[in-house]
Amino acid sequence: MSASTIKAPPIGARRKPGELGDKIFQWMCVGAGGFVLILLGAIIVTLFLGGLPAFERFGAEFIWGTIWDPVEGQEEFGAGVAILGTVTSSVLAIIFAVPVAFGIAFFLTELSPPWLKRPIGTAIELLAAVPSIIYGMWGLFVVVPFVQMHIQFAFGDQLAAIPLIGFLFQSTNFAGTSLFSASIVLAIMILPFIAATMRDVFDQVPPVYKESAYGLGATRWEVMTGVVIPYTRISVVGGIMLGLGRALGETMAVTFVIGNANRIATSLFDSTTTIASVIAMEFPESLTGSLQQSALFAIGFLLFVISFFVLALSRYLLRPRLK
Amino acid sequence: MSTTTATIMASRNIEQQRSLGRRRKFVDKLVMYFCLTATVVGLFFLLSIMGTLLWRGLIALDLIVLTQEFQPTRYGDDSLPKGGLIHAIVGSLIQTSIATAIGTPIGLLVGTYLSEYAGKSKFGYAVRFISDILLSAPSVLIGLFIYQLVVLPQGGFSGFAGALALAIIVIPVVVRTTEDMLQLIPNTLREAVVALGAPKWKMITLVAWRAAISGIMTGILLAFARIMGETAPLLLTSFGNNILSTDLSRAMASLPVSIYQQANSGFPDLIDIAWSGALLVTLGVLFINIIARVALRKRA
Repeated sequence: MSASTIKAPPIGARRKPGELGDKIFQWMCVGAGGFVLILLGAIIVTLFLGGLPAFERFGAEFIWGTIWDPVEGQEEFGAGVAILGTVTSSVLAIIFAVPVAFGIAFFLTELSPPWLKRPIGTAIELLAAVPSIIYGMWGLFVVVPFVQMHIQFAFGDQLAAIPLIGFLFQSTNFAGTSLFSASIVLAIMILPFIAATMRDVFDQVPPVYKESAYGLGATRWEVMTGVVIPYTRISVVGGIMLGLGRALGETMAVTFVIGNANRIATSLFDSTTTIASVIAMEFPESLTGSLQQSALFAIGFLLFVISFFVLALSRYLLRPRLK
Repeated sequence: MSTTTATIMASRNIEQQRSLGRRRKFVDKLVMYFCLTATVVGLFFLLSIMGTLLWRGLIALDLIVLTQEFQPTRYGDDSLPKGGLIHAIVGSLIQTSIATAIGTPIGLLVGTYLSEYAGKSKFGYAVRFISDILLSAPSVLIGLFIYQLVVLPQGGFSGFAGALALAIIVIPVVVRTTEDMLQLIPNTLREAVVALGAPKWKMITLVAWRAAISGIMTGILLAFARIMGETAPLLLTSFGNNILSTDLSRAMASLPVSIYQQANSGFPDLIDIAWSGALLVTLGVLFINIIARVALRKRA
């Protein structure tokens, strides 16, 4: 055994150690990434194919038709009411939630003493972790009676007497389960998402900018409107869009409190329905392969398209923040 | 003459400035109080939810609820047996565990791809984008998807279909945290490992994953907590069941679906049981969330 008997392996003849493992691992990672793309594509295609019979039967009218009649023999389906209910309840929720979320974010970034920031921030984040069915039960048990007794009964007549916009409060539905209750519950659900995004983007404003404004004698509110908001407004809109996307697809909480009636709500206190709650209410009871089931797939497809665009917009606006 | 005018002008100016200053301070104060109120309102909602859950949930919560299966309403007749939620608790644990077991490896690999391989490639951008869309996509639609894909061909609702639907919800949560946590690892660590001659896959699995383990675990815990409370997708896939069943090929109960069904039953005794189930789910979800946050904080 002398040194000369050991031959160095010819360069290039043997693979580098780990090269095969590298290839396998890389392909596993890339494959998993591809799987996610296929998954989303498959969801869209499946929903569309499921809804195809309804689309073929009712054509484009399905989108704005307002009749939803699953009774056999006279079946007719239109998504108009559900789409309108989904959009109005979500937009109202945004209108209620944004000022409060802004207040919380402002408090957490500028006003709160440092020792209080973390507990309050965590509490707000926990609000986001509460399951939606809990919001539904709580909404039915707390929000609905409150709306019924302390808003609709107490102020309904006075509000309805306001010229021009009075009809918004005029309703013959006194059950409390209404568009208004649903918007309130949705607003509370999306509040933590919007507040957390706002807090994160407000925190990213370089302190130097704020300090120079304070140095000129600006008040905290002036620093907010003059420096922080102009610097972060695109991300703030992105955060609001994220909340809107969440609200559009919310199912269980809305199902409990909106009243589930296929009627266009002309008043805040009318009951109506949303796409997601129609699916949750009717799908488990629909017959396999029936036109009703296909119509439910079809409105599911429409919901997917709507929330895809809102979420994509949110993602695009928040992009500068996300690396 | 001119000096007096100037003095009058100056004093008026000071007067104006003072009133402007007062107004600015007043507006500032007003906004501060508004923000304080907003925060108190936000916290009040959390307290109200927890308070309502404890108040209503403790009425029916006892050992029977935790150990017995569903029983029909007693109509106020106390001689009839009281029902429980054990079938739903077991069903929920089975489905969420399987979902986490399926979703985690996929999410972990996708997150690893985005952090270690994707770079600035178009494919990587698309994967990140789609994963973020899935993160917020309406969960009821995932239920519809699995219904069409699994329930229809199998010919019936099944616990397995429920687990698959939940797994799809797990994936994007794990992707997000895995990528974020791997990004936090300093590049010098990766370079040191590669400089020793280790192949990249060993660098990732033995060093990068290990360095990010507590963050990744947090993501998995958060995903687990999130699917514990999911109702809508399960309603369309595993549907619910009134007896204790561990058969994955048949309809399976779950806590959120049982809560939903009993809460809407209209019978006061069943609604009380639904509230105790709601209390159990919420305590579980919040407990896991707090654990995950504490674990993450220790690391940071």
